[in-house]
Amino acid sequence: MSQYFHSVTLDKSLCKGCTNCIKRCPTEAIRVTEGKSHITEERCIDCGECIRTCASHAKSALVDGFERLSDFEYRIALAPPSFFGLWKPQSEIPVACARLLSLGFDEVFEVALAADIVAEATRLLIENDSHPRPYISSACPAVIRLMQVRFPSLLPNLIPLEAPIEIAATLAKEEAIARTGLPAERIGGFFLSPCPAKVTAIKQPVGRMRSNIDAALSISEVYGAIARMPAGEVEPITIRATPSGIGWGGAGGEARATRIRAAVSVDGIHSVIQVLDEIERGRIQDIQYIEAQACVGGCLGGCLVSQNPFISKVRLMAAADTYGAKEPAVADIEVGRLLNGHKLSFDHPIEPRPVMKLDPDLAKALVMMKDLEMTLETLPGLDCGACGCPSCRALAEDIVRGNALKTDCIFLLRERVRELAEEMVDLARKVPPAMGQNAPGSLGETGERARDVTGGGRDDSR
Amino acid sequence: MPRAAGSECVFSLEFAVEGMDFAAAGDVAGNLKRALQQIGLEPTTVRRACIVVYEAETNIVIHAYRGRITVDVSTKGIFIVAEDEGPGIVDVELAMREGYSTAPQHVREMGFGAGMGLPNIRRSADELDIQTKVGVGTKVQAVINIGRTGDGGGV
Repeated sequence: MSQYFHSVTLDKSLCKGCTNCIKRCPTEAIRVTEGKSHITEERCIDCGECIRTCASHAKSALVDGFERLSDFEYRIALAPPSFFGLWKPQSEIPVACARLLSLGFDEVFEVALAADIVAEATRLLIENDSHPRPYISSACPAVIRLMQVRFPSLLPNLIPLEAPIEIAATLAKEEAIARTGLPAERIGGFFLSPCPAKVTAIKQPVGRMRSNIDAALSISEVYGAIARMPAGEVEPITIRATPSGIGWGGAGGEARATRIRAAVSVDGIHSVIQVLDEIERGRIQDIQYIEAQACVGGCLGGCLVSQNPFISKVRLMAAADTYGAKEPAVADIEVGRLLNGHKLSFDHPIEPRPVMKLDPDLAKALVMMKDLEMTLETLPGLDCGACGCPSCRALAEDIVRGNALKTDCIFLLRERVRELAEEMVDLARKVPPAMGQNAPGSLGETGERARDVTGGGRDDSR
Repeated sequence: MPRAAGSECVFSLEFAVEGMDFAAAGDVAGNLKRALQQIGLEPTTVRRACIVVYEAETNIVIHAYRGRITVDVSTKGIFIVAEDEGPGIVDVELAMREGYSTAPQHVREMGFGAGMGLPNIRRSADELDIQTKVGVGTKVQAVINIGRTGDGGGV
C-alpha cells in the first residue's frame, strides 16, 4: 500500500491538460506536466476543489461499490444529515431511510444522532475547560488536513472530539452487536459519503489508528439507486436525532447545535483559510468556537452531493423541523459520562505535515529559499499557469527543487527565442574576410569574430 | 542586536508598506509565513514571527506615512526590522500597555487599532528594541531565536 490513500483521483484519458484545477487547489498540490494534471500525494487534502473545477470531469472521488455489502452479514447504513437534505419536503425522510433497507441494508443509523452528542460534548468542553481559544471543529476532515499542511500551529486548537461519523459508527455497532449477537467483524458500517475527504478519513484516518467504518458509498449513487426503485409501500423509519443534530449537515448547523453564541461559522475552503489566518495572527480572541467546513454550504455542498446546497439547506431545515425528535436519544448526562471516560476523543495525535519544506537541513533550505526568491524575480509575475504551476512562485519553487526549468515559463522562453533570433540576424550579417569586404555588416567587426555566439554562457539547467 | 555570523547564509525579505493601505495589511505576514514554512521552521516559531510582522505592518498602515520591513533569517534566528516615517510614539511605555491605542475612530471601526500591537510583538519576540522620534518615525527591531525546539529537523 502506498503511503497515502486519496479518494480524489484523476482519469488521465479525460484530462485535457487545462490549468483550471491548479489554481483552485488550496495546497498547490497539482501540476500539469506533459499535457496532464498530476496530484502530489503528500500535499493533497482531498477537499474536492479540483473535482468541482474540472469542466472535463477528469477528477472524481473514489468510493466503494454496493458489492461491498456482501462482505458482511449485518449491514448498517450510516446516513448523514446531508442525505436528508436531498429529499423534497413532500417525500418523507423516514420513507427515504426505509428505502435504504430495500437496497440491502439491515439497519439505518442516523449520523445526526452522533452530531447531537458531539454538539453537547462541544458545549461542555467550552463551558468547562480553559484550553486556548478558539476551539476549532474537528468535524470536517479536509479542514483537519488543511491545518496539518498549512496551519500546523493551530492543531492544538482542534477540539479533541471525534467527528460524528466515527462516533455514529461506534454506537451503531455496539447497538447491533447487542441486538444481533453477531461478532463485530461480521457487522459492516457503510457511510453514505457526501465528499471525498470523508472517504479518505475512513480509509486512512488521522486522529485514530483505524476507522470504525468499513466502507464509504457515494451519496449521489445511493440517491440514484433509491430514486430508481419502483414505488411501493414501506414501513417508515422513526427518526431519533433532534432537529439540531439533523441541521448539523448544513453550514452554520454546528454553531446552532452547540448553542455557543461566540461562534464563527465559515464554509468554503478559501474562506476557511482566511479565518485560520486571522486566528494564527491572534486576531480572533473573543471567539470560542470555529465551525469550519471545506465545502460551500457545509456537507450539503460536498462534491458527491448532486444538488445545490442552498436549496437542499431549506429542505434539510424543513425535514429537521418535521421529523426531528423532541429529546436527544442520548441524554446530556450520558454525554458527560462519555466525554469524561474519553469515549469521544481521538486515540492518536494529529501531527503537522510539513510538506512545504524545501530541505530537512535548515542551512540548505535557507540557501534554496534565497535561490527561490532570486528565481522568482526573473519570472514575469503574471501567474498565468501556462507552465503547469499555479503561480510564478510555485514555478520558482519547482525550479529550485529541480522539478522544472526556467524555460517552462512561456514568457522567458519567448524572450530567449527573441534573443536567439536577434543573434541569428546579427550573425547572418557577418562575413568571413576571405569572402570579401563588400558584404554588409562585415566592416570593422573582425574583432567580434571570437565572440561567444552561444549567448554569454547562459545556464539552461534551471 | 546580534546578527548572523559572517559566512552563514542569510535569507532576506524586504517589503514596502504604505500608510492607510488596509487592503494590503497582512500581505507581508502572509508572504513571510510561506517562506518560513518552506525553510522548515517549527510551527510555533513561524507563528511568532508572523505575529510580530503582522502587528508591525498594521502599525505602519494605521499610524505611519510609509515604512519598510526587512526580515533576515539565518540558522540562529529571525531578525525583523520595521522602520517607518511617521508621527513617532510619544510614550513608548504607555504604547506597550494592552488596550492602549492612539488609533483614530474610523480605523477602530474597521477592526484595527485595539491597542494590542506592541504588546503582541513583545509577547512573541525573544528580543525587542524600539527607537522612536516624535514627528520623524519609529524603528522596531525584534529577534525570534530558532534552533531550540527542533527547527529544521525532520519533523
